[in-house]
Amino acid sequence: MATSVSPTHPRPNAPRGFLRGFTDWVADLGELVMDRVAGMGDVTLFSWRTMTWLFTRLPRRETLLPNFYQIGVLSLPVVALTGTFIGMVLAVQSYAQFRMLNLETRLGAVINMTLVRELGPVLAATMLAGRVGSAMAAELGTMRVTEQIDALTCMGANPIHYLAVPRFLACLILIPTLTIMADFMGVVGGYAYSIYALNIDAHHYWENSEKFVGSFDLFTGIFKSLFFGAAIALISCHRGFNCRPGAEGVGQAATTAFVYSFVMILVLDLFLGIMLDSIYYALWPDGARLI
Amino acid sequence: MARDRTAQAGREKVLVDVDRLTVRFGRQTVLRDISLRIPRGQTVAVIGESGCGKTVLLKTLIGLISPTSGKVRIGGKDLSTVSAREWPRLRLQFGFVFQQAALFDSLNVAENVAFPLRQHTKKTPREIRDLVLARLAEVGLPKTILHKKPAELSGGMRKRVGLARALALDPQIILYDEPTTGLDPIMSDVINELILRTREQHSVTSIVVTHDMRTATKVADRVVMTYPLARLKQDERQILYDGPPAKLDQADDPRVRQFVRGEAGARISEMEEEVGADLSASSA
Repeated sequence: MATSVSPTHPRPNAPRGFLRGFTDWVADLGELVMDRVAGMGDVTLFSWRTMTWLFTRLPRRETLLPNFYQIGVLSLPVVALTGTFIGMVLAVQSYAQFRMLNLETRLGAVINMTLVRELGPVLAATMLAGRVGSAMAAELGTMRVTEQIDALTCMGANPIHYLAVPRFLACLILIPTLTIMADFMGVVGGYAYSIYALNIDAHHYWENSEKFVGSFDLFTGIFKSLFFGAAIALISCHRGFNCRPGAEGVGQAATTAFVYSFVMILVLDLFLGIMLDSIYYALWPDGARLI
Repeated sequence: MARDRTAQAGREKVLVDVDRLTVRFGRQTVLRDISLRIPRGQTVAVIGESGCGKTVLLKTLIGLISPTSGKVRIGGKDLSTVSAREWPRLRLQFGFVFQQAALFDSLNVAENVAFPLRQHTKKTPREIRDLVLARLAEVGLPKTILHKKPAELSGGMRKRVGLARALALDPQIILYDEPTTGLDPIMSDVINELILRTREQHSVTSIVVTHDMRTATKVADRVVMTYPLARLKQDERQILYDGPPAKLDQADDPRVRQFVRGEAGARISEMEEEVGADLSASSA
């Protein structure tokens, strides 16, 4: 029986069946990889341009101040609130374990160390990514869709200098402040719950905290937060600048800005944590011991 | 020698020179081999159906879109040789009036119009305020809207603020992207009058992209009609008409006459055929 070739089939000699499926899969995978590589290249280029502008010409005061207010002042209450609760939750979760070992008085060390090194900066960064990162991506995305970014370019202004640099600077400068706020409120929350709800002796609580939490731990958290802030600003601005048309595009830009920022916060946290730990143990080989 | 001088003078007279311009996005070609020379002071209306590349042409002239091939020269300067550092200064020669006005949402009317002045001049706040008021008065807008946000304005007012902003730095060339789209007939005519008045008062060269035939015939000295490439044959030119507005009705090409008269003609059956072909391709 003669096999007839469908007239709509573009390539009569193309491989069929399993082989065809496999080649299609390889082609799709290749396209996906290329897209991702191009995307990463694009973010890198965007970051480079932002940095170049940062060192070439600082933005004007009137473009900086609204961003400082939006990113710093308006984020403080929510960061403070979540910090307080995280401090209390840490106390609740650790208490049972420590009580079994009769080490309740060491709770302060664990809560404060975890807050200052890890949870404070990560929490402040997550809140910033959720509250500010998505909003930045949505705002810049809307500006892209409604041709406001094109209008800026047409008027001889550089959109990266005018829009991205102030946001980047505000995130970079204010995230340490937010981290300190999250740390402080977490410490207060953990203390209040441990002393007033769990009846742990306050003197020992603070004595142990002081013994185990040092200025390097505080530095670790603040240092990491700078990278988190930079990543949030760059990712969110990049998503906004490259927003697809329509309401769906703006929504997608806001969502992906948060998701990518959050993933980046965790990845950076791991690598910076490893690096800073290595530095810590190189400086103080004995380290601090809980028991 | 005399001939050389004439050629030189001719070149100087041409302010916008588009030479065999092709623009492609991925696999889709939007503009193919477009050539257009616009002398200083002329008002050109670029007309054509949606999707024929009118806006792309406009954005290529100001460097928002890079040509795939061909050249664009503004005042003799080849845009492909302009460095990133030179672009902002070059763009000051242009005023761009966007389809939806593209006013900055976060700034009020006064700040929007003052934006280019603050960016590129060293004028005092008082001088800037006076200039803003003068530009707004030119487009018939009162002082009372100075502190309003763009969201509080009507479509016609937004367009006029957009025009005032485009005029702020006294540009040589004004690009209008669909200036009357979405406006009522009276406001459309107000905008047409403003385009004419702007030309008289500022001696600008204007390029007006529109599919509103009233605008094209009222404001333009010359009309250029482009056609969507998807419906052109391989050897056909994309510019179907290039001449005075008065002769549009007598154009040789029936597609030009059809567009000018706003007749659907065979378009519906063509669209049905396209849909049919798509359906049969997808079902196969």
